[in-house]
Amino acid sequence: MNKKILKYIFLDLIRSRFILTYTVILFLISLFINYVSDSPQKTAASLLNVVLIIIPLVSMIFSSIHYYNSKEFMEFLLTQPVARSEIFRCEYLAVSLALCFAFIAGIGSIVILSGMSGAMIYLMISGLFLTFIFTGGAFLIASLVTDKVRGIGIAILMWLYFSVMFDGFVLMIFYLFRDYPLNNFIIGLTMLNPIDLSRILILMQLDISALMGFSGATFKNFFGQFYGKIISLLLMLIWIFIPLFLSQRIFKKKNF
Amino acid sequence: MSLIEIKNLVKRFGKFEALRGINLNLVKGEVAVLMGPNGSGKTTLIKSILGLVIPDSGEIIVGGKKISDDFRYREQIGYMPQIANYPENLKVKELFSIVKDIRGKSSTDDELIEDFGIGNIIEKKFGQLSGGFKQRVTAAIAFLYNPEILILDEPTSSLDPLSNEIMKKKILKEKQNGKLMLVSSHIVSESEEIADRIIYLLDGKVIFNKKLSELKNGDGRVRLGDKIKTHISDYKLHVNNE
Repeated sequence: MNKKILKYIFLDLIRSRFILTYTVILFLISLFINYVSDSPQKTAASLLNVVLIIIPLVSMIFSSIHYYNSKEFMEFLLTQPVARSEIFRCEYLAVSLALCFAFIAGIGSIVILSGMSGAMIYLMISGLFLTFIFTGGAFLIASLVTDKVRGIGIAILMWLYFSVMFDGFVLMIFYLFRDYPLNNFIIGLTMLNPIDLSRILILMQLDISALMGFSGATFKNFFGQFYGKIISLLLMLIWIFIPLFLSQRIFKKKNF
Repeated sequence: MSLIEIKNLVKRFGKFEALRGINLNLVKGEVAVLMGPNGSGKTTLIKSILGLVIPDSGEIIVGGKKISDDFRYREQIGYMPQIANYPENLKVKELFSIVKDIRGKSSTDDELIEDFGIGNIIEKKFGQLSGGFKQRVTAAIAFLYNPEILILDEPTSSLDPLSNEIMKKKILKEKQNGKLMLVSSHIVSESEEIADRIIYLLDGKVIFNKKLSELKNGDGRVRLGDKIKTHISDYKLHVNNE
């Protein structure tokens, strides 16, 4: 891994206005939520919804825009004596680390302020996981689709699918086949959505069954609290590596 | 000895054949100018040599080694792209140090940095530079590590007249130092000034590949543009007869 390339791409991103704005917005939102809720538990629960919507959205859009905008720079790096896969890894790590940095800087102070509860720690962990997952997803889309506008459009659509439409599909399936025992099937479906996985992860820690929803409750019953957490973390790890593996393969054979 | 050897290079993009069997031999100490209309395959050819485009068939051999085997052949190549668009928030000196770090060599050729007056803007962010200065920075980076081969994609397209002269002087000087230059250009008069060899591409094929002196038949008064025209119409006639 060429650390210098990584360092400079990261430096460029950290200095960008977008990352700064993202940090400030996250900070203001978490400050506000912390101010209006009366217990750390409630802060975590409200912050959860923000994190689950904003992080995938920002990671998806920012990463795909960055990928398309650095086309010429990537081309330039590719003409240098460096392996293709290395340039890909540097770009990916720089973008996801810059987004993680903004996330930690934006939300970190509130996490400390509200007493570093277990739920808050899990909130941070899932936020970081989601950043890595959706940056990878954006890179996969951007390396498949050459056209910038189409690529960003598909990225937004994927975000919409994972954060809104997916739950609708699960509910519809559940409603249509309500006469059948669906528990295991729903668990399987949940694994197909990293946002659901992180929601379950945090809610299991919070132990608010009312908010956990059908899939969360089933998940908890099936695996138990401890194994449930381990398994959802493992699955999220897989969710990081699948898009990354695929997009690196495409990147290696791509014509620039 | 030939520095770049291209054998039967074919590249397709879907149904479109960008390169249809290119054969070329480029030797050191020569300025080869690549000419041809838009879409004739100039950029695809350059990108294939740089490893940006992966050919469907054929071979490219740089410095005696097949380029598909090892990426390190690019140590011998300096490249100046047509469009200069590097990270906006990096300072010019940081761009230089990226290349410095990748190449890991200590001896540098700072001539262009000085002649182009880049020293004054070295602390500025790349995004704040004017188009001309962006182009000058990419040129300086290409020449920075004394590569054996220089590939310049329309190097003078957005340079002011003065920088243009500096660039041409540098190209001729490095030729004297025994380097190989592959330059793509649209401008006939400019090519006439710097070229030792003109390679003309049309529809992904080399129409002619001749020394400038050969093209002009030793007659200084012959206009290069006219000669190119005759060659192309000869070729078209030949194709139609077949």
